[in-house]
Amino acid sequence: MSFMPVILWTDALIFVLMVGVLALVWFIRRHEHLRAPWRVVAQRPMAMGAALVLGAFVVIGLLDSLHYRERLADSPADAPQYSVEVLSVFDALVSGLRTRQEKTYSAPLAMQLYAKEFLERDGETVRDYPRLQYGGAHLKHADEHASDIARRTLVGLTQGLAVGLLLFGLLAAWQARRTQTQLGAWLEVWTTGRLGWPGRTVVLVLTLMLLLAGMLIQLASGYHVFGTDKVGQDVLYISLKSIRTGLVIGTLTTLVTLPLAIGFGIAAGYFRGWVDDVIQYVYTVLNSIPGVLLIAAAVLIVQVYIESHPEIFDTAAARADVRLLALCLIMGVTSWTGLARLLRGESLKLRTLDYVEAARAFGVSHVRIISRHIFPNVFHLVLIAIVLDFSGLVLAEAVLSYVGVGVDPSMYSWGNMINGARLELAREPVVWWQLGAAFAFMFALVLAANLFADGVRDAFDPRLGGRR
Amino acid sequence: MKPLLEVRDLVTGFGSTRVVDGVSFRIAAGETYALLGESGCGKSMTALSLMRLLPDGGRVVSGGVQLGEIDVLALPERDMRRVRGGQMAMIFQEPMLALNPVIKVGAQIGEALSLHRGLAGQAARDAARALLDAVGVPDASRRLDSYPFELSGGLRQRVMIAMALAGEPRLLIADEPTTALDVTIQAQVLDVLRRLKAERQMGMLLITHDLGVVAENADRVGVMYAGELVEEGARDAFFASPQHPYSRMLFEALPRPGDSGRLTTIPGQVPPLDGTLVGCRFAPRCPHAVARCRSESPDWQAMGGQRVRCHLAGTLPAGQERAVTAQTTALAAQPLLQVEGLKVHFPIRRGLIQRTVGHVRAVDGVSLDIQAGRTLALVGESGCGKTTVGKALLRLIEPTAGNIVLGGESITARNAPSLRRQAQMVFQDPYSSLNPRMRVADILLEGMDALRVGNAPQRRDAVAQLLRQVGLPDDAGGRYPHAFSGGQRQRIAIARALAVSPRLVICDEPTSALDVSVQAQILNLLKDLQNDLGLAYLFITHNLAVVEYLAHEVAVMYLGRIVERGAAADVLRAPRHPYTQALVSAVPRIEPHAGEGIIRLAGDQPSPLNPPDGCHFHPRCPHASAVCRQSYPGQTDLHNGHRVRCHWVAEQEFSARSMN
Amino acid sequence: MFAYILRRLLYAVPILIGVNLLTFALFFVVNTPDDMARLQLGAKHVTPEAIERWKAEHGYDKPLLLNPAAEGTAQFTDTIFFQHSAAMFAFEFGKGDDGRDIGNEIRTRMGPSLAIALPVLVVGLMVNISFALLMVFFRATYLDLWGVVLCVVLMSISGLFYIIAGQYFIAKLWNLLPISGFAGGIDGLRFILLPVLVSVVAGIGSGARWYRTIFLEEIGKDYVRTARAKGLSEVRVLFRHVLKNGMIPILTGVVVVLPLLFMGSLITESFFGIPGLGSYTIDAIQAQDFAVVRAMVFLGSFLYIIGLILTDISYSWVDPRVRLQ
Repeated sequence: MSFMPVILWTDALIFVLMVGVLALVWFIRRHEHLRAPWRVVAQRPMAMGAALVLGAFVVIGLLDSLHYRERLADSPADAPQYSVEVLSVFDALVSGLRTRQEKTYSAPLAMQLYAKEFLERDGETVRDYPRLQYGGAHLKHADEHASDIARRTLVGLTQGLAVGLLLFGLLAAWQARRTQTQLGAWLEVWTTGRLGWPGRTVVLVLTLMLLLAGMLIQLASGYHVFGTDKVGQDVLYISLKSIRTGLVIGTLTTLVTLPLAIGFGIAAGYFRGWVDDVIQYVYTVLNSIPGVLLIAAAVLIVQVYIESHPEIFDTAAARADVRLLALCLIMGVTSWTGLARLLRGESLKLRTLDYVEAARAFGVSHVRIISRHIFPNVFHLVLIAIVLDFSGLVLAEAVLSYVGVGVDPSMYSWGNMINGARLELAREPVVWWQLGAAFAFMFALVLAANLFADGVRDAFDPRLGGRR
Repeated sequence: MKPLLEVRDLVTGFGSTRVVDGVSFRIAAGETYALLGESGCGKSMTALSLMRLLPDGGRVVSGGVQLGEIDVLALPERDMRRVRGGQMAMIFQEPMLALNPVIKVGAQIGEALSLHRGLAGQAARDAARALLDAVGVPDASRRLDSYPFELSGGLRQRVMIAMALAGEPRLLIADEPTTALDVTIQAQVLDVLRRLKAERQMGMLLITHDLGVVAENADRVGVMYAGELVEEGARDAFFASPQHPYSRMLFEALPRPGDSGRLTTIPGQVPPLDGTLVGCRFAPRCPHAVARCRSESPDWQAMGGQRVRCHLAGTLPAGQERAVTAQTTALAAQPLLQVEGLKVHFPIRRGLIQRTVGHVRAVDGVSLDIQAGRTLALVGESGCGKTTVGKALLRLIEPTAGNIVLGGESITARNAPSLRRQAQMVFQDPYSSLNPRMRVADILLEGMDALRVGNAPQRRDAVAQLLRQVGLPDDAGGRYPHAFSGGQRQRIAIARALAVSPRLVICDEPTSALDVSVQAQILNLLKDLQNDLGLAYLFITHNLAVVEYLAHEVAVMYLGRIVERGAAADVLRAPRHPYTQALVSAVPRIEPHAGEGIIRLAGDQPSPLNPPDGCHFHPRCPHASAVCRQSYPGQTDLHNGHRVRCHWVAEQEFSARSMN
Repeated sequence: MFAYILRRLLYAVPILIGVNLLTFALFFVVNTPDDMARLQLGAKHVTPEAIERWKAEHGYDKPLLLNPAAEGTAQFTDTIFFQHSAAMFAFEFGKGDDGRDIGNEIRTRMGPSLAIALPVLVVGLMVNISFALLMVFFRATYLDLWGVVLCVVLMSISGLFYIIAGQYFIAKLWNLLPISGFAGGIDGLRFILLPVLVSVVAGIGSGARWYRTIFLEEIGKDYVRTARAKGLSEVRVLFRHVLKNGMIPILTGVVVVLPLLFMGSLITESFFGIPGLGSYTIDAIQAQDFAVVRAMVFLGSFLYIIGLILTDISYSWVDPRVRLQ
């Protein structure tokens, strides 16, 4: 084998999570009352558009979670040795971005480095901006720069549009067949937006994403679209790699939160009495400690542990990964209290409802009452909390990394990008692209998540849905 | 004479749904016009259209509203504000929710006073106090500084009325003003409304679903169905001979004293109003409908003083008398349920270490018994502890004291499963009593699973059997509760209780959330089940008409204790306890009250936290004497198992016996 | 009422003890003083002697809970738990790694923290409520819809971006205000303006949206319809009836954070160079100064619990239903 698969802790958990989500989808599809609110979500243009964007992020994140180590070229076949560098399928797909490393900063789409060096030119030594090793290296003259960029943009857009139209055509043909209408008739319905699902928005967002992708692919093959960072690495590559970190923090933290919040919240509300007292005590104590400080304290401890046990980790990636996992755990442990309090209040209300009384009149056991009457009726709150928390966690990562208690400094993350670039703001002229790229990517993900969360909340919140 | 209010062809819509569709009526000054109909037929929307207070999304599509000289619908919003509260005012159903919880009563009334009469400061305060006096709020000057939550339901509704009167309106719209109130309080509030209307020569639009309230208060009546007015006429003519089949069926669905035959039910449901409706809207549910009814919408037909929208008006057979079947008085066998001295006290904790400083005596020594196959009605107003009795019997609330014997077996915490096989409960609200996330079949299976009744195939068969028994379609088991209407849900709840074949079913106000026609279906069903299965019912209710229809025995509760019990006919027709007398007398009736005058109780039921010394009822009792203030009365046995706890009755009996 | 407050105060004691035990466990049991010493000394200088010396310098050279070498009560008092954890109940926090007295630092740094946090709270509250009321007034129109979208967009932007953009554009590019720094008195106003502005803007998205939900919930209630039926104008309904009820959850939500204002904001203070408790904390975290972190944890919990008690009291103060029952 020319490579050895590596399964990091977070990879494993991500795949467990994927299996869980798929199981949930299968379960929901079989239950009409669970499916109904999702259908409402699917009818909201804003939510569907956001879901598509989220989907693109998730695909990148998943590809980036399939890790492997390459076999060293000169190692013997019977006793293969593998590189210490852990790569992912995503790295392989965009290997060009990863390997085309410059010396130091360069501006987006630039041909020259951002720092002057002594160069040999026409036999003389001059101090000037040197040409980049890769960015725009295919150009002979600097004056071709603008036209080349324009040409590549145009080609990229055209390709994106072509793919978009192709997909749209396939979609239209499929839908027309499915609904047994003429293609023209379907298109007419599509233009009026009366499909029963937001067809126009989906097609529009998809086309926009394809246009963007086409443009990026064309430009990135010849330039550093977002410039390079201090050590000359492509900022686009770093930004894309950071997606996985953001997603992991946003989802795995919730995975830690959920059992605690659901278990304690429902138990406190349902059993009341001393159980309630104890749980309330625990969460008041946890809540009273300022969150950042608790996280900071715990992360420092993990750091001490990692540093005193270097032998456990065979690669730097594994080390960084454990720290990421620890961060998720810690954030989960500190952030379950809000949802728990909500679920406690709701369980308090539900336990007095007549259908719970009716179950008690049959002598139904507590476990069954909780699993059949309480939990299904608070599940929508859990779901809303998951989607609402996600964006908050992604934003929190940046702040924590800035404070110095976030992910490992060697890990690609938007927080680390911001932290690294912040000091360069004082430079003249400003190195803005690293910050800009990090904020732009983070904004896109968080905005999509927030818009999607809005749709989910509107569809699931019974206060807006009337009595059911 | 020019009418005070004239509504012409009013159409109100939400999107494409026309909730009010071509309604026209007139109200003269000093006249009460009652809009009658079941829930969802557009009564409230008509009223809100008049006030131009429709909820977001609703709008008046067409039609005219003329209030005196004012064309209400044409007014700009700024001028409309002067009309609202100044020319026409409105009282809402739920006085707890309709008053701002964080503003003092005086200030809330003062707002209207300053707006419409320009009063401020002391003048406003005096005017507000005068208004509270006028609506019969005791100790009015102190009440001005109360918050709504400090007042009882009856007082809140009086405050609401005072507020409506503050702008001296010419028209008062009362939207179900007493539906949320107890019957004795309802009588007080309706008295106030009648008196004020007469004093101030106001026109009044009374919206209600209660035929009794209409009979006692209205001058003219309009019946609404599915957004349309279907019949209109003077009260006496209407009550003498309702013309529209819907109106007639409303009367026939009403349980009435004396008869215990099957009630007429209206099959089906009000049609959804969003589609295009062809023909008479009532045709699908009408037993007399002919082909023309389904194709052509009927126009108004004048019938003497009445007018009616029905193709068959005047040709319908006169309403037949219902068959009166005598109550079968089964011989007293061994009682199925015997309760002795049941008490449920809730501790009140106060202070630094949460010491128990007292008890809310929700149930304070209740004894009752029910025979197999019979119905005992437990009657009382809200807060008297009747629901607590029901729940304590099933040990859903742990009783503080008392002895419960069910089927010869004393019930303790240990043999609870045996209790649960034998006694089950049907709850009031069919919406909150069914888990929205469970299929109907699972809901029915739950009890059998928990109590291990039969094996799995037997349970499945039982579900099908239960659904048939309560008159639900066979495929109902696979659906979720939200697919069913209120009445159907209550059937599911009944089926759930029956799933473990209990011998006693505790019905906690099972019909009070339902419309009259649906109530009739449920009452019929309960009666059939009793005949077929020999069930005993403990029927907890405040609705005396239902009691008369269904119950064999009655126990009347007041403040945690039973004050009178006996055979239903005895207690309800010849009540002896002053409270029962007042209760019976306060129920608005379709038939004019015969003989005795109407007894009106003063004040509200006191809090069970701090019940009055002596007889709990003495502060409100017209016959109270010194002894009533000192000692709680013992039991006086009248004939035929009729028992009363009242010093006054005891004295009467004593003198009657000593005379003989 | 007095008994109620007293009971709440007593309830705070076990919580503070819990916080204390938790921090003790985190800082001394899970992560022993030896580990701390190793981290502080750096890998190159770790020798057993150096560790012992470091521990002695910082007063960590004692048993955790029980000192068998000591006599009498000193068995309990001459321990890490008593001197470093229990002592915090008397607000004795000891010295930081820089040798300064932590209690002293806290006292001098509270002022600057408050100078930023208080205006942020007050101005933010006013801006958010006004924005929310505006959206509610125009509810179900495009203005409301786009207002909500704007809120979502604003809350999707990282807080760091607001700070960096604010500093870059307002201070650096346009030179309107100093980029960072702090001074006492009136002169300090120009230093405060930018951080306050940035923090308020950063909070609009989530704040206004949350208040809008509260107001919308109130406006759907029956008493609002009653108020309209009286003939009140929509503006008066909004201000007199809806605002008054909606302020109950808003105010109680504000009261709980009031004491925490003393703690300042970590990020804002550190970016703008405000010598407050926030930047003190962040410096301590970055320098891994455990004594300071521990002190701040305790102080934060203490203030939060005060906030909880104040919330209960304020709740009964603004809501007559709670006050009079």
